Amino acid sequence: MIVEISGLSKVYQDKQQRVTAVDGIDLTVEKGELFGLLGPNGAGKTTTIGICTTRVLPTSGKVTIAGIDVVAHPAAARRNIGVVPQYNTLDRSLTIFENLYFHCKYFGYSGADAQQRSKDLLAQFHLEERGTNFPNQLSGGLQQRVQIARAIAHRPAVLFLDEPSAGLDPQSRIAMWDAVRSLREEGITVVLTTHYMEEADELCERVAIIDHGKVLALDAPAHLKTTLGADTVIELTLRQNDGKQPLIDRLNALPQIRGLEMTSAGLRLFAQGVDGLLPEILQAANNYGVRDIRMNEPNLETVFIRLTGRDLRE
Amino acid sequence: METKNHSFASAFAGMMLRDLRVLRREIGPFVLRIIMQPLLFLFVFTYIFPRIGQGNAVGGANFATVLLPGLMAVAIMFSGIAAVALPLSQEFGITREIDDRVMCPLPVAAVAIEKICFSSVQSILAALLVVPLAYLIPATPVHAHVASWPMLVATLILASLVSGALGLTIGSNVKPQQIGLVFSIVVVPITFLGCVYYPWAVLSHVRWLQIAVLLNPIVYMSEGLRAALTPGVPHMPSLLILVALLASLGLLGTFGIKGFLRRVIS
Repeated sequence: MIVEISGLSKVYQDKQQRVTAVDGIDLTVEKGELFGLLGPNGAGKTTTIGICTTRVLPTSGKVTIAGIDVVAHPAAARRNIGVVPQYNTLDRSLTIFENLYFHCKYFGYSGADAQQRSKDLLAQFHLEERGTNFPNQLSGGLQQRVQIARAIAHRPAVLFLDEPSAGLDPQSRIAMWDAVRSLREEGITVVLTTHYMEEADELCERVAIIDHGKVLALDAPAHLKTTLGADTVIELTLRQNDGKQPLIDRLNALPQIRGLEMTSAGLRLFAQGVDGLLPEILQAANNYGVRDIRMNEPNLETVFIRLTGRDLRE
Repeated sequence: METKNHSFASAFAGMMLRDLRVLRREIGPFVLRIIMQPLLFLFVFTYIFPRIGQGNAVGGANFATVLLPGLMAVAIMFSGIAAVALPLSQEFGITREIDDRVMCPLPVAAVAIEKICFSSVQSILAALLVVPLAYLIPATPVHAHVASWPMLVATLILASLVSGALGLTIGSNVKPQQIGLVFSIVVVPITFLGCVYYPWAVLSHVRWLQIAVLLNPIVYMSEGLRAALTPGVPHMPSLLILVALLASLGLLGTFGIKGFLRRVIS
């Protein structure tokens, strides 16, 4: 077990208000795993990572990284932690090479070892030609890659990536995914937060779905989809939105419909198997004026909607 | 324990090396920044003034002699502000680049202490840069010699650490947008009222001010350098100066480190 989180909570209290950012989280991450925390903005993901990386003090609960308690021994725990925060923290006064070199020095590498490690990292992350550039001369995608290279320079046991694809263009995001997968092959445990369900789906072996500071579900993406979200979500937008009860009754009677929710614009149906279903829905809803009908195949987004009744981006 | 201390020491040394690398790269602007103010000051008050019949003497010594320790104190002070307060305020408020050092395997307070230590190196360099100017520019000769090496070394080191601690206090408590304001309402006043341009003893003519300025750490920097370099000019007792500098260091260091911790750990 590389990361062990138990009974973790964090309450921010000031004069005006009391905000519970993390509300009793229990998690364990195995060695070598690629683990995702999926949830909307404000779900408590970043605070959880902040506690794990010694930057936020928990209100209660405990986190150990490779067996070291992060609150009791933060300096020692940081040896095992690599972190890429949401914002760019590259040292603007140093070149790319120096960013890596001095990071190694901070972790006790000798001059020669730091030099060699920095060179190797530049090669591994395809940054050889950028060594003498300053961070501001690089694109956002490349800066992100340097941040990952720097975060693993001291060979930490676990790398924390906080919203790694925020602000990246699609191409850079795919390059970043490749870089993260290659880390996994090196045996580095990766914990990432994201509110992109496709990122969690694509990258992570296990995903914890988090909302309002709580873990709602935790499993492999495929497993989450079959157990929780085997449903196809059908969003029905209706012109006439009142007096829907007869429609609801009629749809509920269809064997493929497993659940049904009212939304502001119409109805949300959870269906298992959609063969021949659409014509029946359309026929049933005909009198209400169907303006739009949309289907979402089962994915982590539909799992999230199923769990919370909300969209990830709401 | 041995390896733990070793790991702290090498992280600390790594950060000092990093700062040294950055300073080396910026050495030209660094020197210019240091010498402009004392250069102009000496030029106007000790070169032009005597020539246009505005010669003045304070406390029985010529003005250039009074000015040398004072300008060294100002150089030390401004160095602390420039080396710590300005970059730190930027790093906290905008770039967040301090993060990588905060994530080093040593206590976070040590990152703040490193800032103070490296700033003190710059402050000492800055103070030494003022010395040749004071000999080259004034129209009247400067009467300075090292009266007490231990006092000079102790004052230089303590004064430099105090200025770094002041820089840390400002840098970790002030938003980057407000740093200009702090400059105007804190840094400039404590410089002007820091017994830089006159020895503390002659303030006896303005008794309330003489007492009020005792709260100003720059006073002890100037007076300490006076005691060590220009003993002919009246100055406070050496012991009092050193105790006051130590107390300032304790107070500002505590404020600074607390502010720093508050900014990086929530």
